[in-house]
Amino acid sequence: MTPDVTQALARQFGLSADEYANVLTILGRTPSYTELGIFSVMWSEHCSYKSSRVWLKTLPTKAPWVIHGPGENAGVVDIGDGLAAIFKMESHNHPSFIEPYSGAATGVGGILRDVFTMGARPIANLNALRFGDPKLAVTKRVVDGVVRGIGGYGNCVGVPTVGGEVNFHPAYNGNPLVNAMTVGIADKTKIFLSAAAGIGNPVVYVGSKTGRDGIHGATMASASFEKDSEEKRPTVQIGDPFTEKLLIEACLELMATDAIIAIQDMGAAGLTSSSVEMAGKGGVGIELDLNAVPQRETAMTAYEMMLSESQERMLMVLRPDRQDMAAAIFAKWDLDFAVIGHLTDTGHIVVRHNGVIEADIPLDPLADQAPLYHRPTEETPKPAKLGPVADPVGIKSALLTLLACPDLASRAWIWDQYDSTIGGQTVKRPGAADAAIVRLDGYTRALALTTDCTPRYCQADPEAGGMQAVAEAWRNITATGALPLAITDNMNFANPEKPRIMGQFAAAIRGMAAACVALDFPVVSGNVSLYNETEGSPILPTPAIGGLGVLEDAAQAVGQAISPGQTLLVIGAAEGWLGQSLWLREITGREDGAPPPVDLAAERRNGDFVRGQILAGAVRACHDVSDGGLLITVSEMALAGDCGVQLSGARDHAGWFGEDQSRYVLAVDDAPAVFSAAIAAGIPVEVIGTTGGRNLTLPDGDTISIADARAMNEKFFPDWMNVTAV
Amino acid sequence: MKAAIVVFPGINRERDMAIALAGSGATPVMQWHKQADFTDIDLVVIPGGFSYGDYLRCGAMAAQSPAMDAVRAHAARGGYVLGVCNGFQILTEAGLLPGALLRNAGLRFLSMDCHLRVERNDTAFTRSYQTGDVFRAPMAHGDGNYFADDATLDRLEGENLVALRYATASGAIPPEAAFNGAARNIAGIYSANLRIMGLMPHPEDLVDPLMGGTDGKPLFDALAMMEAA
Amino acid sequence: MKAIVTVMLKAGVLDPQGKAIGQALHGLGFAGVGEVRAGKVIHLELAETDPAKAQAAAEDMAKKLLANMVIESFKVEIAA
Repeated sequence: MTPDVTQALARQFGLSADEYANVLTILGRTPSYTELGIFSVMWSEHCSYKSSRVWLKTLPTKAPWVIHGPGENAGVVDIGDGLAAIFKMESHNHPSFIEPYSGAATGVGGILRDVFTMGARPIANLNALRFGDPKLAVTKRVVDGVVRGIGGYGNCVGVPTVGGEVNFHPAYNGNPLVNAMTVGIADKTKIFLSAAAGIGNPVVYVGSKTGRDGIHGATMASASFEKDSEEKRPTVQIGDPFTEKLLIEACLELMATDAIIAIQDMGAAGLTSSSVEMAGKGGVGIELDLNAVPQRETAMTAYEMMLSESQERMLMVLRPDRQDMAAAIFAKWDLDFAVIGHLTDTGHIVVRHNGVIEADIPLDPLADQAPLYHRPTEETPKPAKLGPVADPVGIKSALLTLLACPDLASRAWIWDQYDSTIGGQTVKRPGAADAAIVRLDGYTRALALTTDCTPRYCQADPEAGGMQAVAEAWRNITATGALPLAITDNMNFANPEKPRIMGQFAAAIRGMAAACVALDFPVVSGNVSLYNETEGSPILPTPAIGGLGVLEDAAQAVGQAISPGQTLLVIGAAEGWLGQSLWLREITGREDGAPPPVDLAAERRNGDFVRGQILAGAVRACHDVSDGGLLITVSEMALAGDCGVQLSGARDHAGWFGEDQSRYVLAVDDAPAVFSAAIAAGIPVEVIGTTGGRNLTLPDGDTISIADARAMNEKFFPDWMNVTAV
Repeated sequence: MKAAIVVFPGINRERDMAIALAGSGATPVMQWHKQADFTDIDLVVIPGGFSYGDYLRCGAMAAQSPAMDAVRAHAARGGYVLGVCNGFQILTEAGLLPGALLRNAGLRFLSMDCHLRVERNDTAFTRSYQTGDVFRAPMAHGDGNYFADDATLDRLEGENLVALRYATASGAIPPEAAFNGAARNIAGIYSANLRIMGLMPHPEDLVDPLMGGTDGKPLFDALAMMEAA
Repeated sequence: MKAIVTVMLKAGVLDPQGKAIGQALHGLGFAGVGEVRAGKVIHLELAETDPAKAQAAAEDMAKKLLANMVIESFKVEIAA
């Protein structure tokens, strides 16, 4: 027996009194239990973007190379040679805290489906991860599980994991962030969309069978954690990467034919959101017979089937005359294939089960009258610029401390668990360059891929932080020689019902939009994850940016590794900005001041110059100056090349560790030529050293061997994870 | 030289293998396991991946499939067989090569470059290397810890059937060079007639200078030179 | 009829998973835990109604697929 539908029940389902009243108006009657479930998930924050939509639509989304911007399963950009890159980043934050392995694994699976749904073969995965204080046992458990989960899924489906980022901060203690990004490639004339068409056409279910997995996952992703989240465990889904691999191959095989009219993966809110979105976008009705749904468990109700978040499932509308051919392809891959309904001209979604109509909802109002909130915002006051700070430890000591700190330590322990070479096209593996470089099989062309965000900047000044996140993604792509094309964003914030949090969101969007415009770097897809707070403790605002760029010739890509006999130049101006720097936090224990501002005009000018020099063949290695400042950048280049550096020119701690933006370190053979080109272009440039030997030597003669620097840099993760986890 | 690359569900390095073989001048064809037919095929390759999800044990279910009967028949005719990573696991599960691949000693998936020492170069697989050569190759596996009982290991060594060992860059073979814990640093082995080779690392992913080197290419050059059967 | 097949690594085969579980138990303060070995349990629903035949069938399945006799041993229990 299902409970009676009342306002109190609606409240439990996450619908406000106003929202429930609107349901009554739309239907003209009390909804059935199944209908209430459908409304609650479609109107959840996760599916409706009800708090964020008013801000998201202010982001620039167009450019001549953008084929499909936000609104489809993923963004699509023209990358030349008749190809399109299809990409998106999506969060799986809450599930990854409850059950790190499965939460992260299914996050990877979900974003892969968003991309191959559109006709693309996935060629690369990246992950932007934020974890709590490493001193806590729970953080270790979460990191271990998340890394295993990402590897477990990505390695098995055979898509290389080529990049990403990891930060630690106590603000993520109870709310780690797992943002997964997938990039795929398709013929740009063969992009598959989700709008259903053709009255009477069959609606086909393919993939895994439906069980009672993750029911109400979409609403879970839209609520803050309370202490009882342990009890929410049953709503976590288990991923099956083997089935996903079969589903990728079967879908791509079918996509090579003309059978598919529309296709949509069953992600959050499963069969409900996929069927509602396909029919809604196509302006048609849809009728489903749940008895035809492949089921893994017995006695499932209509409500359970409509809301199940069982993984590895897709919904398609097929040409009726191609149905048998499609069925044969799925049989070959041992996947379920079932006609579970057809399109109608009613404009309604009608759900039958055991001959009974369990739901009958008009689609237009379900979409058009979805809640849209213009929530109150409160600006974060602009922090004062940090005054002078004395150097308590000296340059060498600070360098060793920073190289070893969790936010700068080598990530090799993580990368070494991800298959980064499968496909045979990975030109720059994780850590080898500022962005991962993946060549396109059969072409000289390559993509440059990165994820970026500096949450401590966003916390101090959300607008400056949002701008910096986009600028850094652009910079990291530029530092390889690639031309930045577009971004996907993953907006991770706390409770939007709090004006300060909603103010962070609005300000971050403002900063991002300004950078997108100035850098010709539009947003083509994205995802919003709100309510990331546990017992009232919010995360740092984290607008993670996934950037994509293109290189016409993969052989032109440069990495971070220096070799003996080169000269190091720094491009870009600096005043020694220590506010919100890692030096300030790790050496003095302070997290204050304003974050470094981004001068977007200088960003563009400096970046275009650097890219031009790389493409002209004048640059042997390049690395942007970011977390930790100039000396960390140089040290990372020395470690990557296993080559020493003799630095020159007087600098104090602010000069070496300040995080002034829009800067690059270049390793070049012909320094005078690059130097004079910079001067001619009006670009700030300075020679800061030469390469060679086995030591990093500071201008005052203080020396650190590369071996010692490496030992410091590589010890954090192995030491931390030394106790073998089970 | 015609090579058949057998594709089981869940295999995922078949394209890498095809690129490497074609790059050395061989003619690879993909064969879906249900339609495997090795008529006129000189070399059967079982590539890497996660056949049947690696559920139960890596390679266990593929080893029982009808396609493996065809592989056995090909081997019985004296045909050449190469199994890489999951392919090596499948060959041991099918009993075509001795031993088994256990979980990595550290219990983690390992994706990194390793160095391999060529133990003999008088085989169809290694004749483009010199004995004692050390070459680099990516490894990417969770279950690559080669195991066999001591008698079997002694026999493999006594009959010179160890193909490749995990080594340092200079060719030493201390136990720590076998990141996965493999017995006696064994990375690859031959069948008694030297026609079947199984190995865990992926030379097929290091055949292009743009991807970081061509260390793996001599293996495929050697195979491509194979006389037609 | 139900067959329960327990598959364990043979005594001579190193079991790093079992070792790690043992270390973790010690870390949690469980004293007096000796060697730990990890294996797997497979439940089979069989149409066979004769226990002896069910036993034989399950053993055949174990030898052929469920266990790798190079490294593993197994035990079959038949339940009604």
